[in-house]
Amino acid sequence: MSQHAQKAAEFITNQERMKWHDESLWFVRTKRDKATHGIPEWEQLRELGSQIKNHTLSNLDQYLEEFEKNALQNGVQVHWAANAAEHNRIVHEILARQEVQRIVKSKSMLTEECGLNEFLTEKGIEVVDTDLGERIIQLREEPPSHIVMPAIHLKKEEIGELFHQKLNTEKGASDPKYLTESARQHLREKFLSAQAALTGVNFAIAETGGVVVCTNEGNADMGVHLCPVQIHSMGIEKVLPKAEHLGVFTRLLARSATGQPITIFTSHYHRPKPEGEMHIIIVDNGRTAQLGREDFRNSLKCIRCGACMNTCPIYRRSGGHSYGYTVPGPIGSILTPGIDLKKYSDLPFASTLCGSCSDVCPVKINIHEQLYRWRQIISEEGHLPSSKKQGMRIAARVLSKSTTYKFGGKMARWALRAFPRFFIYNRLNVWGKNRELPEAPKQSFQEWYQKNRKEP
Amino acid sequence: MVSKKQERAMSKESILNAIRKVKPEKVELPEIPDFHRESSGTLADFIKTVEGVGSKVVLEKELKDINQAVQNLFPAATIIASPLEKVQSTIDLKKIQSPHELEKVDVAVLKAQLGVAENGALWLSEQDLGIRVLPFITQHLIILLDSTTLVNTMHEAYQKIRIDEAGFGLFIAGPSKTADIEQSLVIGAQGARSLTIFIKPSESN
Repeated sequence: MSQHAQKAAEFITNQERMKWHDESLWFVRTKRDKATHGIPEWEQLRELGSQIKNHTLSNLDQYLEEFEKNALQNGVQVHWAANAAEHNRIVHEILARQEVQRIVKSKSMLTEECGLNEFLTEKGIEVVDTDLGERIIQLREEPPSHIVMPAIHLKKEEIGELFHQKLNTEKGASDPKYLTESARQHLREKFLSAQAALTGVNFAIAETGGVVVCTNEGNADMGVHLCPVQIHSMGIEKVLPKAEHLGVFTRLLARSATGQPITIFTSHYHRPKPEGEMHIIIVDNGRTAQLGREDFRNSLKCIRCGACMNTCPIYRRSGGHSYGYTVPGPIGSILTPGIDLKKYSDLPFASTLCGSCSDVCPVKINIHEQLYRWRQIISEEGHLPSSKKQGMRIAARVLSKSTTYKFGGKMARWALRAFPRFFIYNRLNVWGKNRELPEAPKQSFQEWYQKNRKEP
Repeated sequence: MVSKKQERAMSKESILNAIRKVKPEKVELPEIPDFHRESSGTLADFIKTVEGVGSKVVLEKELKDINQAVQNLFPAATIIASPLEKVQSTIDLKKIQSPHELEKVDVAVLKAQLGVAENGALWLSEQDLGIRVLPFITQHLIILLDSTTLVNTMHEAYQKIRIDEAGFGLFIAGPSKTADIEQSLVIGAQGARSLTIFIKPSESN
């Protein structure tokens, strides 16, 4: 069994929990629908978002250079990192120069991707994630299961027990309000005693040389404005040409992500605070390679809203951890094969190709088409598991000739009616797990058509 | 040996060269059309939106004296901070040496440059904050809004403001909040626990 299928199988052993997870995410999806229906020009905005990103990707080198030039003029120190290791090294050098012992981080999927926390911890620097969901999973020593709601897989009782052990909250307490307040007190102390803050970047503006970070908790700003050193890590695809383009993306992002009209804080950082240091690290780490893949380059338009996860019938029922990568769900499944085709060869198959992800994507990434395209490549490169290979071979033989197809259909219809249940629903029939096969009709559509629609 | 500085310059060039080699054919930058709608952008829309996300609104007619209003809202507050002259602050923001000194602020009173009707966002930049961390570190936040500055959408907002006029600027659309525990909304995460908006018809009136 593939890795995703295996982990998904573990996830669904607890049916009640699976149902809860499914419904939690669907709830967010319906909030998204409600928020978008209030905007008559929503589809126009998606198209604009898509085209602005397409334009930017087609001039990415110029915009990055323009961004760097303007950022330098603003007094920002700009760094370039070809890969995760270089990114981590740059962060460490900045911290080491200022003898930083503790760094507070706000949500950044890029630093998850780079494994920054582990790297800095090994160097003896304390890293504190400050988004509540991120802090929860950091205390649990596990990766996020969603890019916007990192702890969506956990029940409040589990978080209560975790906080009891780590933050000394009352035993058995699981009220979200009480737990959030405890985390607030705990994190405030960390904010006030850290020497450096690191954030991810939602948008970088070439025209002005600044970066924009969107949060609801205010954690990014608590860190950035209290610490003498601020660092912003961004992938090369985060750049936008002008400030006016933020109008389009701030309207799209929060509505798609959580159904809010906008995130509570949309912070625009352009120059270091008085006597402070501001650094921006521009990271490639496989993105230029993705830009070079014609069929897949538009995955770089992604603004990390998570809408494709919330709507995905597979993600909702298998959980973010089943994907084994920082960015799970449909978007993760088209990003990962470009990173390691063999390792992630099962992820493009973790989909029904229903297309719901593409329908909700605020920048119109053709996610389900790319999933299908990756399947073809994975098959051509010989990374299909043998069960799938055999199935495909048989299907090809049956479907390529009308006589075998007709005969096969007849046999299947007969077998479904005539065979006892255990003969049909067994280990070999993976489709029949948790699912009923349709009732077999007596005749095929072709037979029915010939009988009923024959020319008079 | 290659110095670290040279290595960095190499990374920059290698990234830019890689992009140049593979970037797609030029795509035109689309124009953003005027989405102005006659029916939207009213004060009523704005109030409905901000109350929907958990902010409180106090209208000008109920607001005779601003200091009295602050006192009425937060009778237990001992430290009040504001860069506005008409507000009686208990600390002088000009004398603050380090943002840490604002740790115990109970209420901050600020003035927004503009408000956005579609989402309730308020724009403030560094000079409106006094000190950057103030709207986050304070327990409670009050923002004054001149209703004549209201715009319909974010497009109009970005036309009116200059995002780099100061080193830092932001849109605030409510009190700090989180739903990270089982999707339960909790107001008062890491930033201010409440946002009250004092709406005035116009500064000159």
